Amino acid sequence: MSTTTPTTQQNPTYSEAFQSGVREEMKLNPNIFILGTDLVERGGHFAQVKGIAQEFGVDRVKDSPISEAAMVAAGLGSAMYGCHPIIDLNFIDFSLGAMDEIINQAAKIRFMFNRPVPLVIRATSGVALGGAHHCNSLESLFAHTAGLSVAVPSRAYDVKGLIKTALRSPDPVIFLMHKKLSGVRGEIGDENTFIPFGSAHRVKSGKDAAIISYGYTIVSAQKAAQTLAEQGIDVEIIDLRTLYPLDTDTINATVQKFGRVVVADEAPMFGSITAEIAATASEVNFRHLKGPIVRVGAARAPLSANPQMSEAAIPSANDLVEAVKKVMSY
Amino acid sequence: MTTDSKWGKETLRQMLLIRNFEETADKLTLRGKVPGGMHNSSGQEAVAVGVMSALDPKDVIATTHRSHHHTIAKGMPVNIVMAELFTKATGCSGGRGASMHLADVENGHFGGNGIVGAGVGIAMGAALGIKQMGHKKVAVGFVGDGGVNTGRTWEAVNMAVIYKLPLIIIVDNNQYAVETFVERVTGGNDIAKRGAGFGLPSFTIDGQDVEEVHKHTSEARNRALAGEGPTFINALTYRYYGHNVGEKGQYRTQEEIADWRSHRDPIDRFSAKLISEGALTQADYEAMINSVAKEIEEAVDFAEKSPLPDVSTILDGVDSGLLGARK
Repeated sequence: MSTTTPTTQQNPTYSEAFQSGVREEMKLNPNIFILGTDLVERGGHFAQVKGIAQEFGVDRVKDSPISEAAMVAAGLGSAMYGCHPIIDLNFIDFSLGAMDEIINQAAKIRFMFNRPVPLVIRATSGVALGGAHHCNSLESLFAHTAGLSVAVPSRAYDVKGLIKTALRSPDPVIFLMHKKLSGVRGEIGDENTFIPFGSAHRVKSGKDAAIISYGYTIVSAQKAAQTLAEQGIDVEIIDLRTLYPLDTDTINATVQKFGRVVVADEAPMFGSITAEIAATASEVNFRHLKGPIVRVGAARAPLSANPQMSEAAIPSANDLVEAVKKVMSY
Repeated sequence: MTTDSKWGKETLRQMLLIRNFEETADKLTLRGKVPGGMHNSSGQEAVAVGVMSALDPKDVIATTHRSHHHTIAKGMPVNIVMAELFTKATGCSGGRGASMHLADVENGHFGGNGIVGAGVGIAMGAALGIKQMGHKKVAVGFVGDGGVNTGRTWEAVNMAVIYKLPLIIIVDNNQYAVETFVERVTGGNDIAKRGAGFGLPSFTIDGQDVEEVHKHTSEARNRALAGEGPTFINALTYRYYGHNVGEKGQYRTQEEIADWRSHRDPIDRFSAKLISEGALTQADYEAMINSVAKEIEEAVDFAEKSPLPDVSTILDGVDSGLLGARK
């Protein structure tokens, strides 16, 4: 587990952190290219590649038709050939039009054909405005699929460090950036800062209980921790940063340390990654638990476009406060 | 046009090798030697050999669930193909693939596929890789008449056109998607016209004429290498057996099958042409048939004697393990 404190001076946004990591790796590896919609002029819908086409040319930042199956196939075939493409699917919801290319093909090539598939599929994820077709949390599906790795950074520092690692990896990576974090500023590492997948980050240490989470829910957890502190409860926050590989060492150590653990995200709880974590952590650490691990997640319902309905479907900071109080009651 | 004798003999031999492989493997499958069954390509040899004889060995292909003929024509030794059908450790995919997942990526075979229509997309991606890296090669994506009704195939064709990729799309059109006749399920009933609608050269050709397939592929390859982009070729052919081994459907008549076998067989046509041109003697032809049969016998022997994969390796190669701290 990392507890590194970022030390650089600049404060770029979460999206700019992506640009920074990609730029550095593109300079070093001429076989990296980016393919997606509205990338060259607009710089992507979240400014995640703004200016890169102007710097590296349109052969390395390619505007694509809205054609998700072909976009991922382009990435898959070129990765098998020897390139290291970044396929930008804009919203992860759109990956559903390329699920065969991702799950049947990219994820299985190494296993069947002993051939690396160095492919990054980047997309914006998480719940915000936009309704049922722009707010799916599909990370559990990808983490469930053998052959795929899944990054879910919650801050600029991790975006840069993780994308740099992904761009040196011979495996397909699903890189999910939360839409509500796009403009959030934070420090980033330098060109030599790589964050290994499967290494969680302790956002805040605590004495009484822990919240294990990722993505935007880390922001909610920090708010919950402030509220809980006012009530005399000192909660630790663990940011998983990647869902596969999963930092099971940190999860186990956290469960053993506190025996009171909340696992939270904003995906529908049924069959989710929080279920995986709670189940395996309980199996391994049962005698350390003071009571059941409490999960906090979304309703098993499509997201609504109405902002209040959408918010009501996913965990609030207050839901996390209540969950921590529940584990404190054991 | 007179056929070059050396090229003609090698081309004929390849088709005979594929035919014997398929007839042999079919029987072995019925005897339970091929886990998961196989898709017999007998009758479709000219498409595979015609295309592959026009390629450079370093060119890339990606293909379909029916890919033994493409794989053998691409140059994979038949013993390795047979061992993979048997799911033996010595097969090209170490027994993890069997009939539908033959591949040798290092040598430009980007895989058969269990998913209809997936091969064109993978070949398109390879063509993009070729272009990005500035190499002088082409990629060929095979698809069947069933696959041309999948959206992903046309997405890939469109992308190849807009990026002017060095891609050749070959419809290995045996006219039946499992048991469904192509005309029943193909709107407009003109596959080449669909291709033309995407703005690339598009042809329907006689897929039972190995020289015609070779010629069209060569021309397509030259265009691709000249930077002129992809070509779409709909090669009409026919499969003599069921979709899967042992299937005897009622969806076509025995007369239809007999007609294709007796009047349009690609091997009979080409061998007759070579003999009539004096490029091949009857004795040469018989020797070739015997030599091919021996090669396939040896392949079966190799597959039979090869070890099974070690089941303790089922987690090996799922990912590189290089991403980080996973235990």
